[in-house]
Amino acid sequence: MTRCRCARRLSSRQARFRHRRPQRVPCARAHPPFPSLSAEPRRARPRAPCLMAAYKPLVVQACPKLGERITQDTLYWRGYKTPVQIKEFGAVNKIDFSPVPPYNYAVSASSRIHIYGRFSQEPIKTFSRFWGAAYCATYRDDGRLLAAGSEIGRVCLLDVSGKAPLRQFEGHTKPVHLVGFLSDKYRIFSGSDDYSSNLWDIPSATEIISYSEHTDYVRCGCASKVNADVFITGSYDHTVKLFDARTKSSVMTIEHGHPVESVLLFPSGGLLVSAGGRYVKVWDVLKGGQLLVSLKNHHKTVTCLCLNSSGQRLLSGSLDRHVKIYSTTSYKVVHSFNYATSILSLALSPEDETIVVGMTNGVLNVKHRKPEEKSENSQKKRQPAYKTYVKGRSYMPKQDDFCVSKPVKRVLRKYDKLLRSFQSSKALDAVMEPPIMLHTPEVTVAVMQELHRRGTLRSALAGRDEKQVNLLLTFVARRVIEPRFTPVLVTVADMITDIYQPVVGQSEIVDRQFLKLQQAIGKEIDYQEELLEVLGMMDTLFATFTKKRDTCLQENKNNGVTEIIATNRKY
Amino acid sequence: FFTERVFGRSCPEGLRYVSPCRYVLYVSGDFVKVYSVNTEEILRLLGGHADLVTGIQLNPQNHMQLYSCSLDGTIKLWDFMDGIPIKTFTVGTKLLALYTLASAEDSVFVVIPKKGERDTFQLVSVELTKGIGQDLEGKELSVVLDDVGASMKHIAFGREGTYVVSVKDVNLQVYFFKRKLLNRFSLSTVKTKGDNRFSCVVCHPKEDCIATGHADGKIRLWRNFHHKKEYTYSTLHWHHDIVMDLAFSVEGTRLLSGGVESVLVQWHNESSCQKDFLPRLGSPIEYISMSSDGVLCCTLHTDNRLSIINSNLRFSRSIQGLIKSRDVKTGLVVDPRTKALVLNGEPGHLQFYSLQSDQQLFSLDIVQRQYIHQAGLKQSDLVKVAFSARGTWLATVEESEEVTDPELQLKLWLYNEEIQSFELNTRINTPHDNHITDLCFRDMDELGEDSLILVTTGRDCVFKVWVMVEDTDPEGNWSCDFVGSYHNYQATNCCFSEDGSLLAISFEETVTVWDSLTWDLKCTFCHPPGNIRNICFGRLTCSKYLIGATDYGFLCCWNLLTCALEWSAHLNVVVLQPDPLSEHIAAVSWLSKESSLFVFKPSEPRPVYIQRNLCKEKIRLAAFVPRDEPENTEKYLWLRKSQLFFLTDTQELMTLSTKSLEERLTPSSKQLAVEESLPVTPFSLLLGKHRHQQAQEDTDLGKLVVHNKQEQASPAVKELLHTPAHVLPSASFLCTIFINSLLISKENKSAEEVADEVEMESEKAEDDSDEEDVTAMEQEDTSHMELLGEMTCKLSKSQEKELQKIRKMDYSWLSAL
Repeated sequence: MTRCRCARRLSSRQARFRHRRPQRVPCARAHPPFPSLSAEPRRARPRAPCLMAAYKPLVVQACPKLGERITQDTLYWRGYKTPVQIKEFGAVNKIDFSPVPPYNYAVSASSRIHIYGRFSQEPIKTFSRFWGAAYCATYRDDGRLLAAGSEIGRVCLLDVSGKAPLRQFEGHTKPVHLVGFLSDKYRIFSGSDDYSSNLWDIPSATEIISYSEHTDYVRCGCASKVNADVFITGSYDHTVKLFDARTKSSVMTIEHGHPVESVLLFPSGGLLVSAGGRYVKVWDVLKGGQLLVSLKNHHKTVTCLCLNSSGQRLLSGSLDRHVKIYSTTSYKVVHSFNYATSILSLALSPEDETIVVGMTNGVLNVKHRKPEEKSENSQKKRQPAYKTYVKGRSYMPKQDDFCVSKPVKRVLRKYDKLLRSFQSSKALDAVMEPPIMLHTPEVTVAVMQELHRRGTLRSALAGRDEKQVNLLLTFVARRVIEPRFTPVLVTVADMITDIYQPVVGQSEIVDRQFLKLQQAIGKEIDYQEELLEVLGMMDTLFATFTKKRDTCLQENKNNGVTEIIATNRKY
Repeated sequence: FFTERVFGRSCPEGLRYVSPCRYVLYVSGDFVKVYSVNTEEILRLLGGHADLVTGIQLNPQNHMQLYSCSLDGTIKLWDFMDGIPIKTFTVGTKLLALYTLASAEDSVFVVIPKKGERDTFQLVSVELTKGIGQDLEGKELSVVLDDVGASMKHIAFGREGTYVVSVKDVNLQVYFFKRKLLNRFSLSTVKTKGDNRFSCVVCHPKEDCIATGHADGKIRLWRNFHHKKEYTYSTLHWHHDIVMDLAFSVEGTRLLSGGVESVLVQWHNESSCQKDFLPRLGSPIEYISMSSDGVLCCTLHTDNRLSIINSNLRFSRSIQGLIKSRDVKTGLVVDPRTKALVLNGEPGHLQFYSLQSDQQLFSLDIVQRQYIHQAGLKQSDLVKVAFSARGTWLATVEESEEVTDPELQLKLWLYNEEIQSFELNTRINTPHDNHITDLCFRDMDELGEDSLILVTTGRDCVFKVWVMVEDTDPEGNWSCDFVGSYHNYQATNCCFSEDGSLLAISFEETVTVWDSLTWDLKCTFCHPPGNIRNICFGRLTCSKYLIGATDYGFLCCWNLLTCALEWSAHLNVVVLQPDPLSEHIAAVSWLSKESSLFVFKPSEPRPVYIQRNLCKEKIRLAAFVPRDEPENTEKYLWLRKSQLFFLTDTQELMTLSTKSLEERLTPSSKQLAVEESLPVTPFSLLLGKHRHQQAQEDTDLGKLVVHNKQEQASPAVKELLHTPAHVLPSASFLCTIFINSLLISKENKSAEEVADEVEMESEKAEDDSDEEDVTAMEQEDTSHMELLGEMTCKLSKSQEKELQKIRKMDYSWLSAL
């Protein structure tokens, strides 16, 4: 008891003393430099910093946040509004943006091709006479013509402003899934399920050449932007073939290893990206089709590929409902989007203003970029005048001037002030305010832990009314299962039950909270048991995997894996 | 010969403070240290007592002189400015405390143990005789008070020395010198709840008032103690634990008190409502001392540190050497960057102690928590420390004192060049489920950055490997990479081989060797019975050996190539410390209450060096500190590149050296004294130069003197002194021989008869004279500004010698002719 009283005296005295004594400069640079031992060791003697140091504020243990790290990329790709969902008639197999403003986009789904404006949710125009499904509506470079394939094997050339097809190229016997313009604008290439890929002349509406080198459906392709004669097709026979319109056969064959769902050429024409199976592979065309990198970041078939406007990022959509964004320099995933269902097609408007994703269930998901003016406005208002920053700073002390450094005022949090003056109960009160408890539970727990270290936690918890006990119990019941808080909160819960045991039954609210706490702990125990079971199963699995080698050693390895998981969780 | 020297003796006995605001006198073991207040440097080391110094007091007649008393039964009077002992008074019995009075000129008061009774002490006054010469006897003892406390704090002299107060347990006695009256007062022990024993006493300098401190934290102010019955006392209470010391200001208006709380309390006008505080002084206050002009106040703390505090209760500066911590758990570690010793400092701090300057360089706050000085709290403290090879990374482990659930934290610090300090990089909560027993870094220059690995071993039967995870952060964070165990034994020690390819980990009785690339178990060694206490790899040419010491007193050396035991020795090794710069390994054994040192190479089972009976205390830790420049000791090759330091159980830091401490300390301190005590004026510069020269001449002369003495000790005298008395002939016979031998040898040489006969001797003489020539030349070199007359005088001397030589030559010529 003596100690208690003295502590309180100390606190009140110190509180008064604080007013008299000017604040010491805090140890922002807590530690003085090491002396250079070589030159003048006696003069350059540092002073011990900790001596007579000011009160050390409570260290609140911040846990690193699990999950994605905030980078420039995440900030950039998060800058889209909530998506707009448009229902189409069937699975969306292709989306293509017009290369000229106002950047309309053509969506091929089921037997129709819809053209949407940038902000419209209703189609501006519809093409529907295809006698079956329409595939792969693609804009020409000038944005005025549109080519599409159809289920009956026709390739149609459509005028964006007109209604009926301008030309119809007949020659394929099976559905045409691939249509595209060569970069000279006067020829169209197509690929069909009859394993052939053809080249058509627009003015005369005749077939120029037909290649039948693939041994399975030709489902994807693209034209080179640099060379008007070069185009690429990808097929389900696991190959990507590069054709030159001037030759009779393919120039290059690249073995992808899986049915190719999508191919893409970089604007420079030197790099080729192919997607098929779970893999996205990048090939160096100029080196004769050498594999540059193979990416395996999806866990289902990758269906579509797309480059952003700057060419710095590569996007891939997959049946696993994810769109992954890779950096084209490091080929690492920098961001990823999550969608509701499997993705079939994907397109990005120029300037990355809009991301449009087509799904298997016929939903078109459109995301627009957020405007950025708002933040600039608000920042302008907050900034004080430039004068306030430079006031007095430009003065250079002269040789005879005696410099007096202004003591830096140290701001202590409220709980720190109370802890400094040994007011345990008040310090606990200070961190039991709802905003702190809700948003920064680690502060509350840190103060509880500090009080426990000082041996005054019990007295701080005792003597509280119904409302406060209710608050405390709510907090404990909610947070006790978080691994980082568990050790402290278990002691707190122990103490609360000890202290308030005699009054159980007097208040309905408190009783209910006690029950909640019991439930939470019971649930956590069940959960931990399950986890242990899983760990045991994993151990046996690992043990069977590595039976050949020395058993004693392998036991260790297994422990290693599980322990890493455990330590990760501790963060 | 090797001499052991105590570096930072951490049992200070007291301090006194000197008036011109310049010096702090401080007792440290057998020495009295004089510090300068302004520069915080040690100026003088007054050494000469053979045992612990127990008290020091300024001479009230001359404030530049100091009395000191010691357990060896002597009182010494010093001129502490110059560090010269003036007089030594031998009393004969152990002296436990010393007091001086301005009114009693020729006597001092000392506390001595009462004859015939144990643990009772008496205060006696000693008459200091005014004799000529250095060694005197202070014999006339007159008992003043009986049954007093042994501590210096238990006796105080009142206003102008009219009375003396002594406290012991619950009794207070006041003796008035003039009236020869003894008053006794005692506190009742029954009534009070706490322990109200007296802990210290001081007297008001102007009034008749006594302030006493008590073990329950109360301060009592006694008045009217002239009367046996009508005395009064008032109580001041703030401290919650024992009041360690009290001090009145010069005018007596302020009273300072301090205790375990490490808060200095200033009471105004003896009232309990007016008081000021100076909190967070770092560690418990043990002594408080006011300067005689009242401007400064000095507190001595339990961790071997002095704080100097202004009169307005502002902290001014501190003087600290090796800080004594409660327990050195971290071991002695050498910081590769500064070559400083690193060990536990203040609670929760890591101190960097510079051996060159005997100062604390730097204190790193590891725990980063407000330390609360209160008994019974479970404090958390630093237990393990490891540096990476170049000192860029520092790993620390802290744990709380709780046995069952230690709050473990592993922290990794990165050295920041900009702020010249370590910055916290990663903190890992509960890295192991139980206490961490050892940790070590692997950091090789050749293997690049990826080689940085930290291994920790724990009592939870696993060892863990920590690596840096290079994320987008430039510095990266640490995370666990591998966890290994061996038959569920507790892992106790870990050690990397010099090239970093192998990791040795001891699991109770077994040493396991792991490949650090694949983490495969390579081989195991054991030497039952007994757990492995220490392991280390050999270095350089001996890198194929692994050394281990077991609990049952065996030192084993295994060959890693053949996986066989190379040799083993029966030795109870406490400390096993490899030298990082050579193959040598130092092992300190503890047997039959003495520590012995063995230095050996792993390739040979025969030790290179053995020092038995190194010290009586148990040596806890040892460290090799690399020297800045290799020392030229041909005899002790193993000490060439690094120096060995020990820390004993009582936290005394010791070393083995070839030179004595004074030799090392004097040059710097002398220079400093000159610099410090004089304002910089042209005259002072001139004077300083002159003094410097004088000092050099002094030393030169000293050499010469010694030289001469050696010459004089002729064989005849030696024989005379060393032969037993009963064999010697009668004194009358010896007298002439003795007196002859005392004659100056020059005459002997110049005497013509002797020269012929003893050629050998003359040769020697020639050599000697040559040497003298050399010294003479040196003197000429150093003293450019000497008078011309002296020069000529010296020249004539050397000419004379040359002439002598010529004379000797002549004789041989003559005889031939």
